Amino acid sequence: MLEETSVKTLDKVVIRFSGDSGDGMQLVGNIFTNVSAGLGNEVSTFPDYPAEIRAPQGSLGGVSGFQVSVGTGVHTPGDKCDVLVAMNPAALKQNVKHVKPGGVIVVDIDSFKEADLKKALFTTDNPFAELGINAQVLEVPVTSITKAALADSGLDNKSIIKCRNFFALGLVCWLFDRPLESVVHFLSKKFAKKPAILDANTKVLNAGFNYGHNIHASVSTYRVETKEARPGVYTDINGNTATAWGLIMASEKSGRPLFLGSYPITPATDILHELAKRKDLGVKAVQMEDEIAGVCSAIGASFAGDLAVTSTSGPGLALKSEGIGLAVIAELPLVIIDVQRGGPSTGLPTKTEQTDLMQALYGRNGESPVAVVAPASPTDCFTMAFEASRIAIEHMTPVILLTDAFIGNGSSAWRIPDADEYPEIKPPYVPADKLAEGAWRPYDRNADNLVRYWAIPGTEGGMHRLGGLEKDYATGAISTDPVNHERMVHTRREKIARIANDIPALEVLYDCGDADTLLLGWGGTYGHLRTAAQELNDAGHKVAFTHFRYINPLPANTGEVLSKYKKVVVAELNTGMFADYLQSRFPEVKIERVNKIQGQPFLVEEVVSAVTKIMEDK
Amino acid sequence: METTAYTPADYKSDQPVRWCPGCGDHAILNSLHKAMATLGVPPHLTAVISGIGCSSRLPYYMNAYGFHTIHGRAAAIATGFKVANPEMTVWQISGDGDGLAIGGNHFIHAVRRNIDINMLLLNNKIYGLTKGQYSPTSDRGFVSKSSPYGTVEDPFIPAELVFGARGNFFARSIDVELQITQEALLAAARHHGASVVEILQNCVIYNNGIHNRITDREYRPDRTIHLVHGEKMVFGKNRDKGLVQDGFLLKAVEIGKDGYTMDDVLVHDAHTPTNFLHQQLAMMDGTDLPLAIGVIRDVDSLTYNDEVERQVADVRAAKGFDSLRDMIMAGETWEVK
Ligand SMILES: Cc1ncc(C[n+]2csc(CCOP(=O)(O)OP(=O)(O)O)c2C)c(N)n1
Ligand code: SF4
Ligand SMILES: [Mg+2]
Repeated sequence: MLEETSVKTLDKVVIRFSGDSGDGMQLVGNIFTNVSAGLGNEVSTFPDYPAEIRAPQGSLGGVSGFQVSVGTGVHTPGDKCDVLVAMNPAALKQNVKHVKPGGVIVVDIDSFKEADLKKALFTTDNPFAELGINAQVLEVPVTSITKAALADSGLDNKSIIKCRNFFALGLVCWLFDRPLESVVHFLSKKFAKKPAILDANTKVLNAGFNYGHNIHASVSTYRVETKEARPGVYTDINGNTATAWGLIMASEKSGRPLFLGSYPITPATDILHELAKRKDLGVKAVQMEDEIAGVCSAIGASFAGDLAVTSTSGPGLALKSEGIGLAVIAELPLVIIDVQRGGPSTGLPTKTEQTDLMQALYGRNGESPVAVVAPASPTDCFTMAFEASRIAIEHMTPVILLTDAFIGNGSSAWRIPDADEYPEIKPPYVPADKLAEGAWRPYDRNADNLVRYWAIPGTEGGMHRLGGLEKDYATGAISTDPVNHERMVHTRREKIARIANDIPALEVLYDCGDADTLLLGWGGTYGHLRTAAQELNDAGHKVAFTHFRYINPLPANTGEVLSKYKKVVVAELNTGMFADYLQSRFPEVKIERVNKIQGQPFLVEEVVSAVTKIMEDK
Repeated sequence: METTAYTPADYKSDQPVRWCPGCGDHAILNSLHKAMATLGVPPHLTAVISGIGCSSRLPYYMNAYGFHTIHGRAAAIATGFKVANPEMTVWQISGDGDGLAIGGNHFIHAVRRNIDINMLLLNNKIYGLTKGQYSPTSDRGFVSKSSPYGTVEDPFIPAELVFGARGNFFARSIDVELQITQEALLAAARHHGASVVEILQNCVIYNNGIHNRITDREYRPDRTIHLVHGEKMVFGKNRDKGLVQDGFLLKAVEIGKDGYTMDDVLVHDAHTPTNFLHQQLAMMDGTDLPLAIGVIRDVDSLTYNDEVERQVADVRAAKGFDSLRDMIMAGETWEVK
């Protein structure tokens, strides 16, 4: 069927579904992703939600988008898309800037009537000319064909209109040569309890596919490369779910039950949703009355002996800071998840940023160091949530896990690990003989890593008192002694510093020994920065690349790595917080900065051109 | 009293008690040690969690799993503790500022949720630790360092908050009433669910005598009534006064006068689910009607922590998984060979 159209073979393609928030674009985007992943493609997604939940229908504020890249070597959802689906003029207007020159735009021409154009604030009756579109536009009467296909379905008009998204999906499947069977397989699970809807959606899906086939659309279709993936069982996972599951893995590996105390906040709420479901694994997730209660209930659960976690986003982290300080001085394990969003204040609640770094590192009263880690991708959220838990328990400290809206909502195919791929987590219980002798004091420490021992309430002979007042180094009783306080401050700081002995070293990519520029980032920007580094090297620029997932403490070899390069370029989605942090630790390193604070991830091309420019400036 | 294997000394820590001499907190601590011994829950199954304030120092003086936390948050911390480790008996200690000002939100939500913890509110109507500012329980017009011309706001009545939050246990006592305090604490511990015990406490330094109008030995018998479930509501130095129903309201009468006999005097029922009468009793303030002490309301209902355990068990019985991997494998997956 493809012979009559031009077929492009590509290693990766990018598709963006866009429409009104009620048009079901996230759903079809997700199905397309799953189907592609099932075919062996690598996938990376970027759901772009409107800030308003129910903006007026057809308005610019109500546009919801879902971008996915599929293929091989996929590290990001792509800067720009090869194919844009725009269900109405507002979606077209908001998203046309995301289309590659010469790409394909599919529009539902039935929803481009005068009134629709007005709602999207077009001033002429030719939106395509008005936007100066440089792409192949496929004007498809999606609504009328959907209506015709379902004329005999017995469904009311509203329900029929709701099926339009599956027409678009069918057409996109034709463009990308995706078999409809696997789509139908997903549909039958999703609509198992609604046979009439399942039937209607399947019909419309086929209508979309056949439409592409029949009109011999004179647009490019695509054949996407698949890669030999590592054998195993895979699932599609977003960062927030991966975070939740990483915590559960850590609970299994440590033998400590999992407790979550949380309060809903975009874009972190899905972690609460997922863990609330996981009562089937014995997880206790409690929705508290506010963020303070969220962290405090977790501190209580930690004192009680659980792997205790609280999840939030920036404004919530601000509320939790006093509680985190308590866990610092009480030296209790605690995982605090901050899915960063645009700030300050309510800021850009649905958009991504890396602007909570300073808050995570320093946002507490007093000398209160905590460990900070940051996953690099949606699937890395699993590993780093596990790592945050491991560090919290084995080092008896709060750990802040800094993810962001981009990796939290974005998804990738993920090979389901076997339990033995992750290490045992060993809680530093008070040695039984010490308890029996009554010789244990609450701030007795392991001499190597300075970790105090954990007496789980309910243990006979383990009674003790913790609290926010400074404690005597030896006895653990309240102490206001000045010298003791200074000693405790240094001890708590040194305890965190020694975690560096227990985390992996920093790895450098793309360095064949002759690069004198190092591009680096931290957290959720990995995919874009790594792709940019690849492209720079492909273009003949010698740029080494490294990425930080352990922020405090830094990997032990950080200074050694940085000192090898004449220029170190730190790229991040803030005004330069990580750059400042590194500079304060390594004053001799020459640091250049690439920053973006638009609530959006980097574009690879932006990074490539910024780094190229820095390299050219001698 | 029941006999148990424990004595009050078993619940005392080795830490020196730092409250001012004459502070009401000493008596409350003693009552708590005694109540714990009577209750007989071993120290290693007992947790004592407090916020910040003079009163919140209490956990340091307990041989138990103690946690002196941050200002206002004790109820939230105790909630997490109890959900995580429901085998433990949890006591939460707060002052009137800690529990009802900065911690007011956690207080009402802990009560509403009906988490099975014992919430002690040590009410001295002042901020003791910060040296004498008015609190949310200080009366209108109260002069303090932060209200030199008198406050221009009405106080909370703790009981009213408890009822507003649909609480199922409320008791009140006075620091110097050791027996009644123990009785209230024991009932609170035995109650299934959130139990609030308000204890009127004297701060000798910053608010000396604030409760005297009621607690002074001379007036106490006439201005308080000790409520006991199943017993007549009588009070007075000569136990010749009683509470009777007067329309929808309560009235204090002299038994044998104006035609009132002992038969007219109400019998206290702390266990009746309707809280109408409990509220009226709890709102008596020692002016026209005597201030009620003892257990005013004690009604069993579903607790948060039991329901969490039940739900986990039900869900696991219906579709539980043995491991994370099993759970994921039961979802949408594909295999790459
Ligand atoms: C976040 C915070 N705000 C304020 C304080 C100061 N502070 C400590 S105790 C207290 C009030 C104590 O009053 P109350 O709870 O009634 O306890 P009391 O000392 O009377 O027993 C205040 C305002 C603090 N420690 N922490
Ligand atoms: S200041 Fe008042 S409340 Fe605080 S210890 Fe002294 S007497 Fe007690
Ligand atoms: Mg007070």
